[in-house]
Amino acid sequence: MTKQLLKGNVAIAEAAVRYGLQAYFGYPITPQTELLEYLSKRMPELGRVFVQAESELGAVNMVYGAACTGARVMSSSSSPGVSLMLEGLSYIAGTELPAVFVDVMRGGPGLGNIAPSQQDYNQIVHGGGHGDYYPIVLAPANIQEAIDYIGLAFTLAEKYRSLAILLIDGCLGQMMEPAELPEMQPVRTVYPAWAARGAAGREPIIHTSIYLNPLDQEKTNLRILSRWREVQAKEIRFRGYYLDDAKYAIIAFGTAGRVALSAVRAARNAGIKVGMFRPITLAPFPAQAIRELSERLEGILVVEMNSGQMLEDVLANTHNRAAVEFYGRPGGNIPLADDILTEIKRIAQGKSTLNGHPRDRWVDRMLAANPGA
Amino acid sequence: MDEFSKETLVYERPNTLTDFTTHYCPGCTHGIAHRLTAEVLEEMNARERAVGVASVGCSVFAYNYFNFDFVQAPHGRAPAMATGVKRLLPDRIVFTYQGDGDLASIGMSEIVAAAARGENITVVFINNTNYGMTGGQMAPTTLPGQVTTSSPHGRDVETAGFPIRVSEMLSTLDGATYVVRRSLHDPKNIRMAKKALRIAFTVQERGLGFSMVELLSTCPTNWGMTPMESLHWVETKMIPYYPVGDYKVAPVVAEIKV
Repeated sequence: MTKQLLKGNVAIAEAAVRYGLQAYFGYPITPQTELLEYLSKRMPELGRVFVQAESELGAVNMVYGAACTGARVMSSSSSPGVSLMLEGLSYIAGTELPAVFVDVMRGGPGLGNIAPSQQDYNQIVHGGGHGDYYPIVLAPANIQEAIDYIGLAFTLAEKYRSLAILLIDGCLGQMMEPAELPEMQPVRTVYPAWAARGAAGREPIIHTSIYLNPLDQEKTNLRILSRWREVQAKEIRFRGYYLDDAKYAIIAFGTAGRVALSAVRAARNAGIKVGMFRPITLAPFPAQAIRELSERLEGILVVEMNSGQMLEDVLANTHNRAAVEFYGRPGGNIPLADDILTEIKRIAQGKSTLNGHPRDRWVDRMLAANPGA
Repeated sequence: MDEFSKETLVYERPNTLTDFTTHYCPGCTHGIAHRLTAEVLEEMNARERAVGVASVGCSVFAYNYFNFDFVQAPHGRAPAMATGVKRLLPDRIVFTYQGDGDLASIGMSEIVAAAARGENITVVFINNTNYGMTGGQMAPTTLPGQVTTSSPHGRDVETAGFPIRVSEMLSTLDGATYVVRRSLHDPKNIRMAKKALRIAFTVQERGLGFSMVELLSTCPTNWGMTPMESLHWVETKMIPYYPVGDYKVAPVVAEIKV
């Protein structure tokens, strides 16, 4: 295959098709709508299932039903739509079914705007829906990764009977860049033993998330957690840049990580020994790698397109061994590489501290720079 | 001894029901609705190709009583979940079994959209004018003046509005093929209900689109009545507001002879 110029949403949609997607259920919302539009044409021409649902509630429950049949199935949405899907995500997780979702995040809270954001980190990574459940969350930083990780999402979801969520922002959904799509793979013809497809020659299969006896529910909770510990042991993925001799590092994911990498390169050109650590699996979170980094670095800068959500997960693993600073642009703004470079220089000048919370220091700087806020 | 050996079995459990004691209250007509659904599916040889979708409410455990594959939907979402199952398994018989709180209140969007799409599923809709599982609160179907635990002075239409006639409403949708209301309060009506279920499932089997049978049902415990009083209440109070009848019968349904 050769590289093509592809728009993020379309690339994910076509990649999902080539990875054997059997059914898509969705609802229009900017900035993910092209994914739905593309599949509305593509799926029927392949004789596969496409339904534009009445709402995100409808879409997620169609996914739920389709997942019960053992099919490879997905939906996509953006932040406010994902909020509506959380009920279904909790049920799918509680029923221990595989399903894949794409969240093309936009600015918020509330209706917010349609600009790129990473505001759903907590909502997706830390559950959002009710109950103890643990979605696998993948954060690509470019369109090639988005293509590759939608395939990985299906593999991991089905391997662990888990939710797998591709978490991107409106920038990755909307931008175009060269990328290579996978070869067309055959659609599944053999189904897992747990698939509810009619009780021909066997006892009934039941898919439910209700365990009225609390002891049975607890067993289910522990089974889900055990499976998650296996995911944590085997499936953590991240990427490091210029870390071997680094004194400082940026930790950032997705688009924020991509922009931060430009700043890191500029800082290296200016002689600052800074590297970058980019989590690819936000869940399972690369906690051990960040712990090890914090033991040998002087300072860490967390960059996010929100008000510091992954920041808390970083802090939980640095244990004050390294000074952590934060730079964020919430509300649908993409940080500029120059602004991140300014932050790197500030830290390299020794202006970071272990006192107080990095979010408070950041907010103070932001408010000082925006007196009207 | 000879007398016993001459016994003829005239009534037994359909192969589509499990040997399970239900949790339904004495006198509740859920048992009849289950039995009728199961008999129809057995007669259609559908046990191995049926997939049921249970809802939230008293029928939440329906999957324990039916002897075939079953999935259990979030509150109100059964028609969406059934859509997901049916689109992947178009040659299976897929149905939802929903109460009036589930279908006519929290799940109104899902049922209307499924009917409008002409989704090729069957809906068994139990209307007993209240939320049974949670102890008898006011539902969209609660009659004006009816006392429930959340309308203690009787449903006041000034503040709580009017009951929804679901069958009549869905019958306006072009996607709906077969929408009828039946009652479970006496043997004649029960027979009519069974025939309607057979037609509804046959509509689906032939790929003709959305079918729903609304069944007027009792809730003696929450109504505070004896089973007999409940049956009488269905006949005298519910049927005048919710007339038994055929609300949408697409011309193609006339070809179905059961």
